[in-house]
Amino acid sequence: MAKAAKSKATGAKAASAKSGAAKSSPRKRKAPPPPAITKANGDDALRFYREMLLIRRFEEKAGQMYGMGLIGGFCHLYIGQEAVVVGMQAALEEGDTLLTSYRDHGHMLACGMDAKGVMAELTGRIGGYSKGKGGSMHMFSREKNFFGGHGIVGAQVPIGAGLAFSHKYKGNGRIALTYFGDGSANQGQVYESFNMAALWQLPVIFIVENNQYAMGTAVGRASAQTEFYRRGESMGIPGVQIDGMDVLAVKAAGDEAVAHVRGGKGPLLLEMKTYRYRGHSMSDPAKYRTKEEVQRVRADRDPIDQLRQAILASSVADEAALKAFDREVKDIVTVAAEFAQNSPEPDPSELYTDILVEV
Amino acid sequence: MPVTITMPALSPTMTEGTVANWLVAEGDSVAPGDMIAEIETDKATMEVEAIDEGIIGKILIPAGTENVAINTPIMIMLIDGEDASAIDAASVGVPAPAPAAAPETTSSAPTLPAAVAAPVAPAAQEIIEADVPPGTEMVTMTVREALRDAMAEEMRGDENVFLMGEEVAEYQGAYKISQGLLEEFGARRVIDTPITEHGFTGLGVGAAFGGLRPIVEFMTFNFAMQAMDQIINSAAKTLYMSGGQMGCPIVFRGANGIASRVAAQHSQCYASWYAHCPGLKVVSPYTAADAKGLLKSAIRDPNPVIFLENELMYGQSFDVPVLDDYTVPIGKARIARAGGDVTIIAFSIGVGWALEAAELLAAEGIEAEVIDLRSVRPMDMPTILQSVAKTNRCVTVEEGWLSCGIGAELSARLMEQAFDDLDAPVMRVGGEDVPMPYAANLEKLALPDATAIAAAAKAVCYR
Repeated sequence: MAKAAKSKATGAKAASAKSGAAKSSPRKRKAPPPPAITKANGDDALRFYREMLLIRRFEEKAGQMYGMGLIGGFCHLYIGQEAVVVGMQAALEEGDTLLTSYRDHGHMLACGMDAKGVMAELTGRIGGYSKGKGGSMHMFSREKNFFGGHGIVGAQVPIGAGLAFSHKYKGNGRIALTYFGDGSANQGQVYESFNMAALWQLPVIFIVENNQYAMGTAVGRASAQTEFYRRGESMGIPGVQIDGMDVLAVKAAGDEAVAHVRGGKGPLLLEMKTYRYRGHSMSDPAKYRTKEEVQRVRADRDPIDQLRQAILASSVADEAALKAFDREVKDIVTVAAEFAQNSPEPDPSELYTDILVEV
Repeated sequence: MPVTITMPALSPTMTEGTVANWLVAEGDSVAPGDMIAEIETDKATMEVEAIDEGIIGKILIPAGTENVAINTPIMIMLIDGEDASAIDAASVGVPAPAPAAAPETTSSAPTLPAAVAAPVAPAAQEIIEADVPPGTEMVTMTVREALRDAMAEEMRGDENVFLMGEEVAEYQGAYKISQGLLEEFGARRVIDTPITEHGFTGLGVGAAFGGLRPIVEFMTFNFAMQAMDQIINSAAKTLYMSGGQMGCPIVFRGANGIASRVAAQHSQCYASWYAHCPGLKVVSPYTAADAKGLLKSAIRDPNPVIFLENELMYGQSFDVPVLDDYTVPIGKARIARAGGDVTIIAFSIGVGWALEAAELLAAEGIEAEVIDLRSVRPMDMPTILQSVAKTNRCVTVEEGWLSCGIGAELSARLMEQAFDDLDAPVMRVGGEDVPMPYAANLEKLALPDATAIAAAAKAVCYR
């Protein structure tokens, strides 16, 4: 970790250090322009394409399986928002941590968790990441540094600040990504977290995935300040607004943000302007918006289509190469779905395990 | 007529204090607002100011005198041009410094809060079911010191242990529990938080997920209601929801239960709230030895532990074993007094009331066995069942409301597991089913005491 962070312990002294840091960093940051696809970043672009496609196909399959009664309870799909997590995760290094809300399948796939284990958790089977005891909203992987999967709107935000605290305390140079939605952004504990993160200069990037609707409520109906990147202004947390439908733009902004935070300059707030195509959860008929609105975004701003066009235009890969990705991803999802249906339900004895760590 | 200045009550729970320093000398003139003395309470050193204009006539209690009960005359002030001869006329009598204020002295103080008046009788303490080998050297210390020592020892032993909370560092703790920790461990490990319970509780949980071992102090558990979601939904449930991946080694500690004259929002027992929830351990010690030994165990425990202290107990002294590493296992009760006629189960401050009740009962030929629960989740059912099998009668004691309380749980378990041993229904003694009132007389009426416990014990003995 850089000097600024290292030399300032948490506690009262950090307060005076912080004001200096806040002054030196402009509160509103301009997002860097999305780079064109060239030979230099061509491999990245293809990787992003494949990862976004995996999330898309996985979520479509999850939606189907929900309809077949194989997945129960709440199930929140990430379709439309894929560029956000794929772009951000690409900016991280090994050991950095992340966590998010209950709309978490995409984050798990993007941080390298196995599609089989994620899908089997959705079906409540022993092969799931939580042995079937967490479900769609509550999955974790210590191995991949994914800390959930949190079902209470906004509750993951202070926990993410706490992970950042642990990085700083240990001086391990790691950073914490904390994803939340525009709905969470109105929870009080989010601002409690902003305050402590700024006060103690914690290495955390707060990422608002502004998909325009908190369940059925459009941002303008719930938020007095709908420019979410400005929500940290009063604590001196710089904010950046990013086109969350453009994975290259997200990656470029992510690189800058990670350098800032890893450099010990304190927290950052990124607002990703994005959109979810499906309802809030599987039981949401989405009557609060028009079909035309959804269609317009799909036609004009779809993150996968946009990247596909750009890749083809750049000649980094041709149709056939992209088709090969389609087939690979389809196979992964098919295997995951089969695994999720064939993995046994947890043994009844699992009812009483994992309540406490045995001493 | 000279004015007698008495030892002021400077906090809701203060019963006595130390005249740390006189800032004036006999013969000095003072005006209202002038600082005249520094008084040290168990929580802080406070300056006392003059209320009237006058001349310092006579200092009755010299600087450095400890254990001066509140309302003890400490100084005589001459007003309206009186001279020193007026002092003799003042009906102050012989100043009584009361260097070792006995419980009788403090409990007779007219303004003493009712809750404090209940003698806790630490002298009567014996660790009957010994956690230590016979002959172990003991040192007398307060619950406050025991808690501080437990944290300091564990912080020395494990770099990942840290303390966070409101006023824990530079202020030295609102109740002085963390006194000296900032000096020893520095601001990296003893962290003053903003007043932001929901936020810093979640931050602590995240730090625990991240591999640290936080001790989160709530100034009192009343404020932890702001943080209830993070304690239950994040700390207690995540291990289960993650299929065993996400342990949360964290201690939430602070003052719980009925304080003194602070009314409904600041006087409440949360034992049953937390004991309701799987995924948590809940402990609530009575003695200083248990406070130390249980807190050390709680800090080492890989699970979230709710550590319920009691403000009125912080200043009470007990014998604590002098051992390099004294721990008390979570989930193990203690027989605080042996007896064969009736079992009284209590925890925290209620143990003191139960022991007092046992003395009242002994005078009537009833020998009560007092069990100090120490842990309310998990409960030490073997110890309880063994005692009830012997006495065949049981009374439960708690500060909290009886409805869905610890006594209700104990009653149900005894009915399920010891029905044939019982010769009488279990009786519960607890707080009245009302928000805690402020008025001194009403507060006293709302709380259980030794008399109520003894009456219940006699009832289950059909006496």
